[in-house]
Amino acid sequence: MALPRYSVILVLSAGLLVWQLVAGWSGLPPFILPSPLQVWGRAVLAWEDGSLLRHSLVTLSEVLAGLALGVGLALALGYLLAKSITFERVLSPYIIASQAIPIVAIAPLLVIWFGPGMLSKILICALIVFFPVLVNTIVGLRSVPEELQELMRSLRSTRWQMIRYLEIPSTLPVFLGGLRIGATLSVIGAVVGEFAGADRGLGFLISVGRGSYDTALVFVAVFTLIGMALALYGVVLWLEARLLSWRQRPDQPTLILGEE
Amino acid sequence: MDTALHADLSEQTANQRTPILVVRNLNVTFANDNGGLRALQEISFSVFQQEFVCVLGPSGSGKSTLLRLLAGLLVPSQGELLYYGKPLSEARYSVGFVFQRANLMPWRTVLQNVSLPLELQQLPIATAIARAREMLELVGLQSFESALPRDLSGGMAQRVAIARALVHDPDLLLMDEPFGSLDALTRERMGAELLRIWQARRKTVIMVTHSISEALFLADRVLVLSHRPGRLQLDLPVSFDRPRQEDIRYSPAFGEMARRLRRAIAGP
Repeated sequence: MALPRYSVILVLSAGLLVWQLVAGWSGLPPFILPSPLQVWGRAVLAWEDGSLLRHSLVTLSEVLAGLALGVGLALALGYLLAKSITFERVLSPYIIASQAIPIVAIAPLLVIWFGPGMLSKILICALIVFFPVLVNTIVGLRSVPEELQELMRSLRSTRWQMIRYLEIPSTLPVFLGGLRIGATLSVIGAVVGEFAGADRGLGFLISVGRGSYDTALVFVAVFTLIGMALALYGVVLWLEARLLSWRQRPDQPTLILGEE
Repeated sequence: MDTALHADLSEQTANQRTPILVVRNLNVTFANDNGGLRALQEISFSVFQQEFVCVLGPSGSGKSTLLRLLAGLLVPSQGELLYYGKPLSEARYSVGFVFQRANLMPWRTVLQNVSLPLELQQLPIATAIARAREMLELVGLQSFESALPRDLSGGMAQRVAIARALVHDPDLLLMDEPFGSLDALTRERMGAELLRIWQARRKTVIMVTHSISEALFLADRVLVLSHRPGRLQLDLPVSFDRPRQEDIRYSPAFGEMARRLRRAIAGP
């Protein structure tokens, strides 16, 4: 069932319309349910006084730095774990245990240890991104075809050539699948970090809005976060389209699962 | 008639050829729970320059193991592998390996797959591409150079694999049931094609196969391995004139040798 492109816009507009009507008819005060138009007005205001951009840039920097750190660590450790049974035996209990701790619970700890600045947020982001990317990296590396490895060895490839010519391209599809999950999680990580203690960022903006009954501002921050997550997701999809063009693509890639 | 063939060939080998590969008392044991699985036992044979050798044997006779040893992918538990008189483990020589399935990299185009061995040898990319093009021409796939492996038929993919195995001009071409996954007709066509390529390049070839008629049609010599542990059961010279035509498959000598091979494979 192929829906036309504008169907998305149609559904969105309908949703906004219903929201506007409910907000108008229910008689709820704006600090409980602001209408879309009020939210839009608040967004314009926040944009004009520069606060929206400033806080967004803080959160975006945390997200990008955390993503880079988490992915980098996951790749390095994933390679070691995929290659060495000993490493896996020693480290995997700790890695799995680290995933059993809810990120919300250790976020305050990280803020205590690393201060209320950006560093603690970056670390929380990295922590939340780390696991899905790690698992996918390991799965990808473990499923590099045995016969292609034999081919490379029969051609006397060096360790580095094995990585560059075989392991990277072969692992890329699974790795990008992990990155897709990690990219959206990293936004959550940044917000959780900012909730735990910050004086900047979109999470901070939400706290401020809630504290001053400026619910419209909360909505503005939430929608900005959604936009950020979608944009990151889109970047990963674009990367997949660029790098994995050799794979057979289904006629209609879905937003959620893509071409898995 | 058989003895005449024997005498003829041994004379020929003694006078005109030097062995490039000598395998002596080779044993391979794989570790497992009950003391080890013996895959190959006391294998000895020599391979001569430009010779086409086929290896036959029942499933589980260690044919693929033997080939992987010769490719340096495995180390023997015991015994010697000499290449031009020098132990193989010291200076590993260059081989071309053709696998049962084409084993191409799906993210590389046909041309990039063929140029891979040269890229690994760090040749300039322009040289690598030019030589890969030459090889694609040899296997008749020059118009498919920018196709991806997923767009190729089984026979075409295997031809790309052969081009890749030859592109770096290896000393020895090792083939592990290269046509095993193809249908019978494509398989015969590929056999003829392989002979044509072999005659153009004059490589030494060692090929594992399940097909008696394929072995007889292609090889100068057929080695038969016994059931596990694989021992050398028979070393049969095949002296049909080259270039060979399809109709030798129907000659009495062909039938007689096929019968001997079948008996040897079935075991004592």
